Amino acid sequence: MTLLQLFINVEPVVVRSGCTVAAALRVAGDGTARMSISGQSRAPFCGMGVCQECRVTIDGQQRLACQTLCQDGMQVRLAP
Amino acid sequence: MTPSTPSNSAPGLAQCDLLVIGAGPAGMAAALAAAPSGMAIVLVDDNPAPGGQIWRDGPDAHIPPAARHMREQLARRANVRLHLGTRVLSAPAPGQLLLEDAERGWCLGWQKLILCNGARELLLPFPGWTLPGVTGAGGLQALIKGGMPVADQRIVVAGTGPLLLAAAASARQAGARVIHIAEQAPRRAVLGFAAQLLRWPAKLGQALTLADRHYRTASHVQAAHGSKQLESVTLRTRGRSETLDCERLACGFGLVPNTQLGQLLGCALTPAGTQAPALLVDCWQATSRPSVYAAGECTGFGGSERALVQGAIAGHMAAGNNQAAQKLLPERARWDAFARQLRQRFALQPAIRQLAQPDTLVCRCEDVPLAALQGRGGWTDAKLHSRCGMGACQGRICGAAAQVLLGWSPPAPKLPLSPARIGTLALSSAPSTPEPAHGN
Repeated sequence: MTLLQLFINVEPVVVRSGCTVAAALRVAGDGTARMSISGQSRAPFCGMGVCQECRVTIDGQQRLACQTLCQDGMQVRLAP
Repeated sequence: MTPSTPSNSAPGLAQCDLLVIGAGPAGMAAALAAAPSGMAIVLVDDNPAPGGQIWRDGPDAHIPPAARHMREQLARRANVRLHLGTRVLSAPAPGQLLLEDAERGWCLGWQKLILCNGARELLLPFPGWTLPGVTGAGGLQALIKGGMPVADQRIVVAGTGPLLLAAAASARQAGARVIHIAEQAPRRAVLGFAAQLLRWPAKLGQALTLADRHYRTASHVQAAHGSKQLESVTLRTRGRSETLDCERLACGFGLVPNTQLGQLLGCALTPAGTQAPALLVDCWQATSRPSVYAAGECTGFGGSERALVQGAIAGHMAAGNNQAAQKLLPERARWDAFARQLRQRFALQPAIRQLAQPDTLVCRCEDVPLAALQGRGGWTDAKLHSRCGMGACQGRICGAAAQVLLGWSPPAPKLPLSPARIGTLALSSAPSTPEPAHGN
């Protein structure tokens, strides 16, 4: 199994190749992807690209963490 | 897989003979059935790999040999092109769809279209359902297949349907401790379903491998608790409540057909009833729109075997091979009967509609509580007063929930069908766009 390294808010994270960014969020920390408009932490929920709870910024573009595979050197940013 | 050959169309516009939306069992079967005709076929899916939800690939996925075989067959077909990580945004002109992947957007013209959009989970609100650690049941399975670590975590699985057992099995395989499986249907309904499985031996075999000593009927989630993360779950089983400490709750109440794209194209839906609306098809899988077929869970949920045979029928019909389609009708009837059993036996109990409290958020995108919806006349009224359904998911989660909780008709699809880049949306007004030089 190959490993690759990506960055979540600049912190390096090592995951197995083939993992989704949603998986990487949980490897790196508590899995939180975004804060809701009333300030609650939200994590991947539907797991299949419907609920949009896991939307994050990946290499400058807004993407869904659950439908994006990790790539070496990928920069993932969570909204502050 | 090689580029589709442009055919009779405006110069520069990417064209195909057959466009299949969704590369799950139905879409793969449709493309494979149509492929021998030599048609230029494009198969589109928003996930990074084909297989749909049931055959989702990933570092922790175990794909059945039959699914792998279908993938290999597709890859060998020179006239089938696969676009993964690609979403459908709109239908800018008749016979055209606007597509977007991570890098680009483009319009694709089609002669025949097969909709295999699948289904999403019915995710219903209960106190605490927005806490990190709470997911759908199929949702947890999908996340685990995508490599999300769950080893040594305590997991409660809840909701309804055979998917709960499959989700629990995936979690256990990944090293989690499944401490409770709460099936809301009463014991007699589940036993009745199990007894009927003799008619579908393959399904009975599957059920036996999934049997679990933590499975409880007439059991449902009441609330999830935790400050920043899920810490425990209160379950109600035959009138008794108990609270279990756990790291995860996977809760799904069945499936909702994905009808948005079909609706956008003007395809009729199944008549309103107790089930969520599905795309209406005739015995040839044709929708109410000419040259548009639909197959699989978007025509009403019924499992992968039914999706495979429906997809094959649609593929043969799109290729003009009515005889081949006709031969499959008895097989489809067999799985239609299975689908009816599934829907009847796992119908939602009234208590499930009472789980959300006035302060429970129903719309997770705009953080709208149930209290803001109660007393409203329906979707439009609720949207005007609360922004419910106006967030990123475009009402796909809260719309299905409001139908179950309040009896409201789900909202009509909005454009674009998914959040999209401005540059892509500009294409829908441009006259034509070239097909990208290479796919995925």
